[in-house]
Amino acid sequence: MSALTELYNEQIKEHEKKPRNFGKLETANRVAEGRNPVCGDHFTVYLQYEDDVIKDIRFEGEGCAISKASASMMTRSVKGKNKADAEQLFSEFHQMVLGELDEETTPNQLGYLKVFAGVRNFPVRVKCASLSWHTMHAALEGEETTSTEDFGPDIASSQISA
Amino acid sequence: MTMAEMLALGMSKNEQPIETSWDVERVRADFPVLRQTVNGKPLVYLDNAASSQVPQVVIDRGSRYLQEEHSNIHRGVHYLSQRATSAYDGAREKVRRFINARESKECIFVRGCTEGINLVMHGYGRKFVGEGDEIIISEMEHHSNIVPWQMLCEEKGARLRVIPMDDAGELLLDEYDALLNERTKLVAVMHISNSLGTINPLKEIISRAHKMGVPVLIDGAQGAPHLKVDVQDLDCDFYIMSGHKMFAPTGSGVVYGKAEWLERMNPFMGGGDMIRTVTFEKTTYAGLPNKFEAGTPAIAAQIGLGAAIDYLEGLDREEAHRYEQELLRYATEKLSAIESVRLIGTAREKASVLAFVIEGVHPHDVGTILDYEGVAIRAGHHCAQPVMQHFKVPATSRASFAFYNTKEEVDIFVRAVEQVVEVLG
Repeated sequence: MSALTELYNEQIKEHEKKPRNFGKLETANRVAEGRNPVCGDHFTVYLQYEDDVIKDIRFEGEGCAISKASASMMTRSVKGKNKADAEQLFSEFHQMVLGELDEETTPNQLGYLKVFAGVRNFPVRVKCASLSWHTMHAALEGEETTSTEDFGPDIASSQISA
Repeated sequence: MTMAEMLALGMSKNEQPIETSWDVERVRADFPVLRQTVNGKPLVYLDNAASSQVPQVVIDRGSRYLQEEHSNIHRGVHYLSQRATSAYDGAREKVRRFINARESKECIFVRGCTEGINLVMHGYGRKFVGEGDEIIISEMEHHSNIVPWQMLCEEKGARLRVIPMDDAGELLLDEYDALLNERTKLVAVMHISNSLGTINPLKEIISRAHKMGVPVLIDGAQGAPHLKVDVQDLDCDFYIMSGHKMFAPTGSGVVYGKAEWLERMNPFMGGGDMIRTVTFEKTTYAGLPNKFEAGTPAIAAQIGLGAAIDYLEGLDREEAHRYEQELLRYATEKLSAIESVRLIGTAREKASVLAFVIEGVHPHDVGTILDYEGVAIRAGHHCAQPVMQHFKVPATSRASFAFYNTKEEVDIFVRAVEQVVEVLG
């Protein structure tokens, strides 16, 4: 399998074509919009967050295959979780796409999110994969907007060249 | 076949191969960066509209400055400073000759087009534009020729007017006529569109503005690398260039301005080198060009720009242009043959910029797959979000060709696009 087919694997392509939990959530009490001003990708994440549980979550917006599939799978994987567990999952996901966590050897809760492991071979696409997660995080924090510029460089320290 | 016959048959002039005697292999050898592989494949560099590559002679000249001449300019009496000053002002004279300005003092060194347009916004705009006045730009402008004028309009209570374009990406000149009026204080348009490739009819735009007594600024970021520029023949009031898009290092660039305007304008930044006398009560400013060059400039970069101009003048630029036009024609023909591809920007007069979208595939994914094949293109909004809005696309992919690209590279590019369709289409 080439790095390319690992990146654009069947699950990612399927979620891009048929995103889950797509559209506005009328019962939302937390809403945040995330933008990547470099490429124009933007997603709105709607949360129904009650008693420290993400009771429901939906998203809408547009972006590349990676960002859209990631948003779709993110909504599936955090639904029903409390804040601490959702944040823990985000942390593991982020470390995996940066290449700082080996999902096969380090214990983790990633499950089917492992299909995004191939992003680590494409450092410039880390922001695409993590945009909706950052947006979900902003919504949990009660913020209304977030932007990839605020995430920091989003590259693994090992990838900073001399 | 004559042009009229071709048009009668519904053929654009671009559909006929263009004969050229351009020796591309000889020119390619001048650009060391092109001799490398990406992911084990030869680099195919088609992002020239973002930054073009630098020939060895320019690298050598910058390196010679750093090894033998590095020091500050215009203020030292010592040997090195004199050498640096002479190389720096020598580069200015090369720029003057290159664009046929009357005097070298009309060529102000800046870091690039963005800084250059901001210089004119501060120097001309904040002095001569007031409440109720109007500035005309066009729908295809780069953000660097939109945002400074918006900032000025907000500050002054002035109004930004926009020349619309059609779906081929050509400006509607009748609409332009309707926008020009006695409140118009400036027309600011691009020579060649970075997102569409359109070559704008500058002489027409400039002469219509001048009939109303309105000065015209040309954003020449894409113009200078592709076309011979004669500022006296164009009669533009300002022409702005970025060195890194014309085979020179980043940090080099030029504002050409007619002396009569530059002399009346406010300075841009305050600081060293732009003054005549300073007391705590009052400062008087230096004459041109120093008035606009506060602080120590990017000396090595501007000397590099001078060397890039020498390099370009050593080429047959008309032949280079014909060759680029043939690359564009060939690439347009090949790319159009892919069913799910839609070209964005189909003006009759185009530079070698080819923007497109693939049905159902986001340009960022196109960029990643092409990069995997060693092909460098740009994917995104190209700092021209209003253009994306016009064509109702979030972003486009763009291949932009220079005179060192080859037809074989076009073939590799087109095969990679076909692969995108296979993987994601």
